[in-house]
Amino acid sequence: MKKNLPNKSQNVNRRKFIKNLVLAVTAFSVPAVLTAKEQLKRMQSWILGKDYNPFDHYWGMGIDINKCIGCGRCADACKQENDVPSEPFFFRTWVERYRIFHDGEVRVDSPNGAVDGFKKQNIEKGKVTIRSFFVPKICNHCDNPPCVQVCPVGATFITPDGVVLVDSDYCIGCRYCIQACPYGARYIDPIKKTAEKCTFCYHRVVQGLVPACVEVCPTQARVFGEVKKKASPLVRFMRMNKIGVLKPALNTEPKVYYANLDMEVN
Amino acid sequence: MEEIIQHLTPLFKEISGYIYPNEIELHWSLLVVIYPYLTGLVAGAFILASLVKVFNVTALKPVYRISLLTALAFMLVAPLSLLAHLGHPEKSYEILLTPNLTSAMAMFGFVYMWYLMAVLLQEIWFDYRKDLILWAQKERGIKKWLYKCASLFSKDISEKALKFDDKAEKVITILGIPSAFVLHGYVGFIFGSVKANPFWSSVLMPIVFLFSAIVSGIALVLLIYMVVTPLRNKVMDTKCLDTLASFLFYAMIVDFSLEILDFIHRIYESEESIHILSELVAGKLQFSLIVVQLIIGMIIPLALIAGVKMFNTPVELKRLLYFVSALLVQVGIFFTRWNVVIGGQLFSKSFRGLTAYKMNILGIEGLLVSIAILLLPFLILYVLFKFLPPWGETHVTTQPESS
Ligand code: SF4
Ligand code: SF4
Repeated sequence: MKKNLPNKSQNVNRRKFIKNLVLAVTAFSVPAVLTAKEQLKRMQSWILGKDYNPFDHYWGMGIDINKCIGCGRCADACKQENDVPSEPFFFRTWVERYRIFHDGEVRVDSPNGAVDGFKKQNIEKGKVTIRSFFVPKICNHCDNPPCVQVCPVGATFITPDGVVLVDSDYCIGCRYCIQACPYGARYIDPIKKTAEKCTFCYHRVVQGLVPACVEVCPTQARVFGEVKKKASPLVRFMRMNKIGVLKPALNTEPKVYYANLDMEVN
Repeated sequence: MEEIIQHLTPLFKEISGYIYPNEIELHWSLLVVIYPYLTGLVAGAFILASLVKVFNVTALKPVYRISLLTALAFMLVAPLSLLAHLGHPEKSYEILLTPNLTSAMAMFGFVYMWYLMAVLLQEIWFDYRKDLILWAQKERGIKKWLYKCASLFSKDISEKALKFDDKAEKVITILGIPSAFVLHGYVGFIFGSVKANPFWSSVLMPIVFLFSAIVSGIALVLLIYMVVTPLRNKVMDTKCLDTLASFLFYAMIVDFSLEILDFIHRIYESEESIHILSELVAGKLQFSLIVVQLIIGMIIPLALIAGVKMFNTPVELKRLLYFVSALLVQVGIFFTRWNVVIGGQLFSKSFRGLTAYKMNILGIEGLLVSIAILLLPFLILYVLFKFLPPWGETHVTTQPESS
């Protein structure tokens, strides 16, 4: 019995020690968590401005293929607005030209992402074009985004208002998100060496403006707005047109909605 | 910036059909080919070692320790290739600190650490503990201390303690087999789970990775054993060689069947991507996939080993054929990784065109760095062989008095 005594008191001591340790750690970390939360809130209102509450919105885009004339002003405006490198390897938005011929051949091109528009191309004699149209492309801000799913550090995230963004301070440049995006919407910034993509011009949206590409489109082929609110131009657009999205079979649930989408587009 | 422009501009000429404008840059390059190649060797070598411990294949005893040390040497180097390929290697610790739990890649650090710390190092330690203690008694100076540290200052080599070592090793190996499967199957999953890429996206991917890993691991240990033994002026154990070759043969048969199954499945299902993938395989991948991976890396070595098994081959010729087969298998598996990683990026996700890859020679993502990374494990292995001689005959076999 006696032998056990010191052991027992040792046990008690150890238990006490662990208890104290747990208490101390919690005591130190609770304020840390609290202030972190406070900080986050303060940061949010500092970044977004007092009037913008991301929980009140849910953004999407509509694109009417019949209205696009392929001038490429959107692609150009995007590069200017967002400091996208001007080299022809980096695009946040671009325009594709589709030409479908009588013999079934489909030709697609997008020279320099259509930043300088398209030049007329002579077609071989005897080839008959049956359909031809332009398709503006952009990050789909998917509701079920594979890029967010795969990012190992969580640098790519979806905001409460439905925009998919990259935190370049966090991004380690592993490029997994680029592999995972089925739409080719991402690139690595050649200087920062981190992933970049369309932000829906988030810096403009929080100030009540529309994205640059929407702003400059001369035919209003692009519509920006709330996906869920009744009075939004996007909701009206979706009610008036037959709507399609890109690669629906992949279940990425895109929030860029196309009117008059052709089966050849992918 | 200049560099990138210079690197990418000539690629325009090699593009066929339409690709998305961001797709000119190929994102996972040679370094990412090397990574699964290295982890495959680790997993393969370990599984070979476990044949001795768990399944009691005594013929393989001479290569037991060699396979363990090989696994360790390649394991230590594997993450280097990943680190070097990151845009910001200095931030890589974020994967451990703030992992995104939905990301397949985020588990990398944990899988790696688990395998290294819980499996590989422990197994080696328990296996060598007795020898380390004896070497510490025998050596002098720094070496004595190194051995002492390596044995973690344990001294007990009584019958009971050694029995415990043996038991511990067995338990760790049993744990290690699924761990090795996870280590490499997981790498396969990183590719297999990308639904945007029809060339990668396949449930078979982790399993194909695993069996090709076993194939490459056995072939590597066979090669190392055949090179090192004559260098030490020793005679090769023919029975061990035969057994190695047999296991290599069986693993290759399984690997081959899986790959054929994958192939037939794709053709039979004939999904949207089949046109562009056929164009890819018949064009840009023709040499590396059909000639190197399939014919040189699989069919020829299979035929050679089968030939040795069927006919009564003289020992010298047999060794030569084994050696050549193992070498070809190594080349084949390297190109298997190449075809998955690079091949999977050579077509556009618009399924309308093919992109191109131009290898850099210099620079961190270049050929020279990759060669260095591939050679480094052999250097480490050399040091390990010196410090922890794995050859059976140099074991101190006399039963020392318990201390
Ligand atoms: S389009 Fe690509 S980058 Fe944009 S949210 Fe979807 S998967 Fe992510
Ligand atoms: S490149 Fe950056 S954003 Fe993309 S998955 Fe890797 S860490 Fe995330």
